Amino acid sequence: MKRSVTLRGEKFNFDDLRELMACANEPKAGDRLAGIAASSERERVAAKMALAEVPLSAFLEEPLLEDDVTALIIDSLDREEFANLRSLTVGELRELVLSTNFASEWQRGLKGALTPEIVAATARIMSARDLISAAAPLRSVTRCRNTMGEGGVLGVRIQPNHPTDDVAGVVLSALDGLMFGCGDAVIGVNPAGDAIENVVALEHALQELIGAVGAPTQSCVLAHFTTQLAALERGAPVDLLFQSIGGTEATNAGFGVTLQGLAEGREAVLASHATREGFIGENVMYFETGQGTALSVDGHGGVDQLTCEARAYGVARAFDPFLVNSVVGFIGPEYLADATEIIRAGLEDHFMGKLLGLPMGIDICYTNHVEANQDTTDQLLVLLATAGCNFVMGVPGSDDVMLNYQSTSYHDAAGVRELVGARPAPEFAAWLEQTGIFVDGRLAEGSANGPESLQAFAESIKELGR
Amino acid sequence: MSADLPDTLRGAVDNGGDVSNVTPARLLIGRAGTAYRTSTQLQLRADHAFAKDALNATFSLDESPIKELAERFDLFEVKSEAATREEYLARPDKGRRLGEGVAETLRENCPSGVDLQIVIGDGLSPLAVRSQVPSLLGPLLDHAATRGWSLGRTFVVRNCRVGAINDIGEALDAQNVVLLIGERPGLATAESLSAYLAHRPRTGDTDAQRNLVSNIHPGGVTAEDAVWRILGLVDAFMIQGRSGFTVKEPARPTSLSEASGR
Repeated sequence: MKRSVTLRGEKFNFDDLRELMACANEPKAGDRLAGIAASSERERVAAKMALAEVPLSAFLEEPLLEDDVTALIIDSLDREEFANLRSLTVGELRELVLSTNFASEWQRGLKGALTPEIVAATARIMSARDLISAAAPLRSVTRCRNTMGEGGVLGVRIQPNHPTDDVAGVVLSALDGLMFGCGDAVIGVNPAGDAIENVVALEHALQELIGAVGAPTQSCVLAHFTTQLAALERGAPVDLLFQSIGGTEATNAGFGVTLQGLAEGREAVLASHATREGFIGENVMYFETGQGTALSVDGHGGVDQLTCEARAYGVARAFDPFLVNSVVGFIGPEYLADATEIIRAGLEDHFMGKLLGLPMGIDICYTNHVEANQDTTDQLLVLLATAGCNFVMGVPGSDDVMLNYQSTSYHDAAGVRELVGARPAPEFAAWLEQTGIFVDGRLAEGSANGPESLQAFAESIKELGR
Repeated sequence: MSADLPDTLRGAVDNGGDVSNVTPARLLIGRAGTAYRTSTQLQLRADHAFAKDALNATFSLDESPIKELAERFDLFEVKSEAATREEYLARPDKGRRLGEGVAETLRENCPSGVDLQIVIGDGLSPLAVRSQVPSLLGPLLDHAATRGWSLGRTFVVRNCRVGAINDIGEALDAQNVVLLIGERPGLATAESLSAYLAHRPRTGDTDAQRNLVSNIHPGGVTAEDAVWRILGLVDAFMIQGRSGFTVKEPARPTSLSEASGR
């Protein structure tokens, strides 16, 4: 359907909803690369104005793309709840989302009426503070071996990567993270090699570590999901099944992923948990995403990168994940050019994921070929902590020595928790007090302070009789 | 109950005395409140400065150590569609395609239909090519020859992205293509190389049809191990008639000499 807007006497035409959405997006290198971005700031604002007038029903009547992800999104829509919203415009939905009592309506059931496209449309007429304020009251609580996502909880993934997957190096790195109070979200290693034996060895090493210290948390080895399932068949303990996903069928094909394959994998992991101890819930999936992913594998189908990202969350939602995070600065300057674009994308991704009901975290990061630096990650970390982000990454000294990029560090995570008064997951917080890492909810003076702290931690584990 | 420490912890406490023995990661570095110590903070800034510079480093077929390789293996160079470094960073689609006329140049200068075609791409770290390829290329070609494979003539692609492997497959119809390409520079090292491997790559192929050996540098995967892993994967491609995520890397490295039948 054609739409047009006249702005100070200048008329702007948009041929269809896909073009309107792309032009209304905030500036992103990836949309420019795809040749679908607004050609001027005037056109961008005109598109936002036209988009604000679009009724939500239009997003069902004019699908941006026909594929299995679209089918999944339509199938999972709560039509009864949607009936309450269908006559609203995007502009009216923005105001509803920002209204005082929205969180309780959302929790009651309204979240089932929101599609990725609707959420992605709303995000692009919101300011940075809108994205933060709207997301903050929305909580998504998930359970695996602990409870993530309650109000006031900021989780941290320990990411103890190693360039050759050396087990001793990975374990030492994970212990360093634990001494900062990190690791409640997951201890998750990106393996350097995808060989099954390698994944099996890492899975066992992480379980042994968790068992030895008694921490109520879960492990994950972030190989391709088919490799993790092969490791599971060989008896490896798989707490969380990880996979990178995208928002179109073509993107997922580029990753060697099908929706059916993910569903079967989830069933296999759930079945294995029934034979093991310590699980308190059935959220067993961990997904990573990122704006620009679809374009990077030529699977975007002309749809802008913000919408593709929201659709990836639509995929994630169908599998009741324990954790989902966008890896917001990882992909490179051709998709997010600089600090401004990375910060904006991080806030959008978190907001969209939360509004769709996901346990949304963010890997706040940058590579060395993008115009960003440590100040960028510092800034976005503080913003997202105030937005109630479910979890962030903990990478030793911010320097991932395997993936060669910089994320938030153990120090950063501990620091921002203190800054905004956030806590670790409740079971994990109790363990931190037992082991003396935390005293009265704060990082203990003697913890995480060099090799002597490690010795002291080991002694306290010994005394606890682990 | 309180026996000795579990092995996992005892080992870690021992390793904590000298972290660099087990990992290049920045562990047990202390703190100032929850912030970095001043020395950590400034070291990170210095490492970032060096990584930024590595992006713009260069190598030349006329300068050592690539010069010696170029002479020994008769290397030549071609370009992707990306004309400049700036265009290369902004337009990955251009870096994934061979420049105009390059396919013809390749067909004129290289044998077609070989078992193994090795290609060198500068990628995001030309420095990695300069540092790692000299110790990798010779052994790779030698061991491949020992297996009785027919070998292509190695060449260099400037402003190269991984996807260029498709155009190379189309141009030369090689059974297997190995692209040695500089990785994005990191803080701990700006000299890390990757090998991307594909069986009969064609237009439209994605990473799902490719395999990867990454982190090739002295602090990561050594050149010797990289050679073994690359050849092991190519062996698997030849047996299974495909590459990609459905081909898992062969298990334990037997030693190089066993792998080459010596």
